[in-house]
Amino acid sequence: MTTAVATGAAGFLARFEGLKDHLPGARKPWLNTLRADAAAHFAARGFPTRRVEQWKYTDLGAVAQAHFTEPLTMVEGAIALPVANAPDRAVFVDGRFRADLSMLAGLPYRAVGLAQHLDEAEAQLGALAKPQHEPLAALNTMLFEDGLFIDVPAGIDGGLLELVSIALDPGRPFAFHPRHLIRLGAGASLTLIETATGRGQCLHNPVFEITVAEGATLTHGRLLQEEATVFHLSTIYATIAAGGTYDNFTVAAGPRLTRNEIHAALTGPRATCHMNGAQMAAEGQHVDTTTSLDHAAPDCASRQTYKTVLTGRSRGVFQGKILVRREAQKTDGYQMNQALLLSEDAEIDSKPQLEIYADDVKCSHGATVGALDADSLFYLRARGIPESQAKAMLVEAFLHEAVETVTDETLRAALTRALDSWWQRQGAAAA
Amino acid sequence: MLRIEGLSAEIDGKEILKGIDLEVPTGEVHAIMGPNGSGKSTLSYVLSGREGYEVTGGTATLNGVDILAMEPEERAAAGLFLAFQYPVELPGVGNATFLRTALNAVRKGRGESELDAMQFLKVARQRMKALSMPEDMLKRGVNVGFSGGEKKRNEILQMAMLEPSMAILDETDSGLDIDALKIVSDGVNAMRGPGFSALVITHYQRLLDYIVPDRVHVLMGGRIVKSGGPELAHELEAQGYGAIQEGLPSKHRFDGGEAAA
Repeated sequence: MTTAVATGAAGFLARFEGLKDHLPGARKPWLNTLRADAAAHFAARGFPTRRVEQWKYTDLGAVAQAHFTEPLTMVEGAIALPVANAPDRAVFVDGRFRADLSMLAGLPYRAVGLAQHLDEAEAQLGALAKPQHEPLAALNTMLFEDGLFIDVPAGIDGGLLELVSIALDPGRPFAFHPRHLIRLGAGASLTLIETATGRGQCLHNPVFEITVAEGATLTHGRLLQEEATVFHLSTIYATIAAGGTYDNFTVAAGPRLTRNEIHAALTGPRATCHMNGAQMAAEGQHVDTTTSLDHAAPDCASRQTYKTVLTGRSRGVFQGKILVRREAQKTDGYQMNQALLLSEDAEIDSKPQLEIYADDVKCSHGATVGALDADSLFYLRARGIPESQAKAMLVEAFLHEAVETVTDETLRAALTRALDSWWQRQGAAAA
Repeated sequence: MLRIEGLSAEIDGKEILKGIDLEVPTGEVHAIMGPNGSGKSTLSYVLSGREGYEVTGGTATLNGVDILAMEPEERAAAGLFLAFQYPVELPGVGNATFLRTALNAVRKGRGESELDAMQFLKVARQRMKALSMPEDMLKRGVNVGFSGGEKKRNEILQMAMLEPSMAILDETDSGLDIDALKIVSDGVNAMRGPGFSALVITHYQRLLDYIVPDRVHVLMGGRIVKSGGPELAHELEAQGYGAIQEGLPSKHRFDGGEAAA
């Protein structure tokens, strides 16, 4: 008897049962235990529903109902790569590392495919991503096939690296769950630019586990530019030790549904975390940025600025939680999210959440939601600038303001290009 | 030349302009003076096409062309310029980008060729120098962090770049110290000539010592109640608007509580 491909959590669990002996590391007991444990949690919880607080505004129904399969077979041969943002790049196709397409020779640190180096990753895999907490982390742990493993030794400046993720359209719905592990030793630094492109009905479900040691700095720019058929659900876990910095800037502009979920913990004094971004959605799209910042040590600083631009019938979500623990005295926290609604059918849900247990802290947050400012528009038009061009200038200004904080010029240019190309596509769609 | 005949306008159903007749011939500078709430700013907004004002009667033509039916950007291309009383701050829009976009939009509207970045910079630097503006003001966001005086100078810079045939200066003197007032006035006076007219809207006579008008009109209660030469401004300064009101037939008396600013 044949049955249709099962959907939802049951579908993924059924495929895990069928695939588990073929997944990378299938002969490693420690990894089998990790995957089995994740499967148990995923079986118990399933996909998050809107009854769960963190998922109140984002419905994964469409993901749960799709008949996804995992690709498993590696795509061979040459494929078209997106325009390079850096000379050094690690390329992944359908979630599998492609050494032949990557340019990683001569790096002063290690950047390798995870599937081939699992033993080295044992201590780090699952150290931050806990299947019992986030069902998507459980799903990723259960089914990951590959990922990027970066290890920058203490004191080394790794320069600029690009992580390219390409999803090809095999003509049927497919899912891939890359697991990226990034470790920076004391005083090390790296700028990682991540470019995600893809087409077809696909679920891209990456999980990052990032460890920033004392005095190290990771700048992590993300360009999520998959097509409007793609579900992009990414979860980032970062832990930042004393004097270290994790600087994340995400542009989400393309997928049908984007969830940009970041959990960062400041675990040593004077650690810093920046989480900034711009998310855009057009007709039928949904963008969600959900952050969780754990101030667990004194004298740490965090900065968050997120901008959302919505057109057509689209929906945006920002949820930002800042936890300041009792020992995190002299915390300096700032959170701002601003949304620009260019259509009456667009909707934004914005939920800042501050939990402060220390008594000597500086924490502020703010949110603005609005349409384009009528006075600004009139000012531009009174100077002869046609209405459509005036609107475009104001939207670009709103978005560019978000990237002004990015100090790395290559990254800032790449982010600006991503913002502009999204906005130009909207103009082309409207024309 | 600007010709306004019987112009009436309302905002939110409240009549502010009640039949304005005014003619500014080519090459002349006229001043409109009036107390707060007399309709001065409304007149500038109605002429420049701001949303929210409904023209209920009358006409306004610039060089024979009906401007009331035009979009704001079309009026700018037709040669109209409004120097704002409160210039808007545009964070994220660079002053240079803004000026060049505006200049090229207006040039395009006039059938002239667009300027490239180098040509633009050359003109902009020249004009800025004349207005004692530091060059880094080009790099900053439009009016962002500008002092009151810098904002007004930026308005005059835009005027000098766009070369309108008719400029309306709405309370350009407000918030200016005497040095800035002089620079701004010099900027306006430099434009005076056979191809340029201006309507200078002001509450005080002070500005008119620097930009000496050909004619002065007094706006009260939404109407021009008196017109005269430059000496009228001094008369007003000495006697106040009340004296003019005394001399008016009762139907023209201004009820200050009725009109919006």
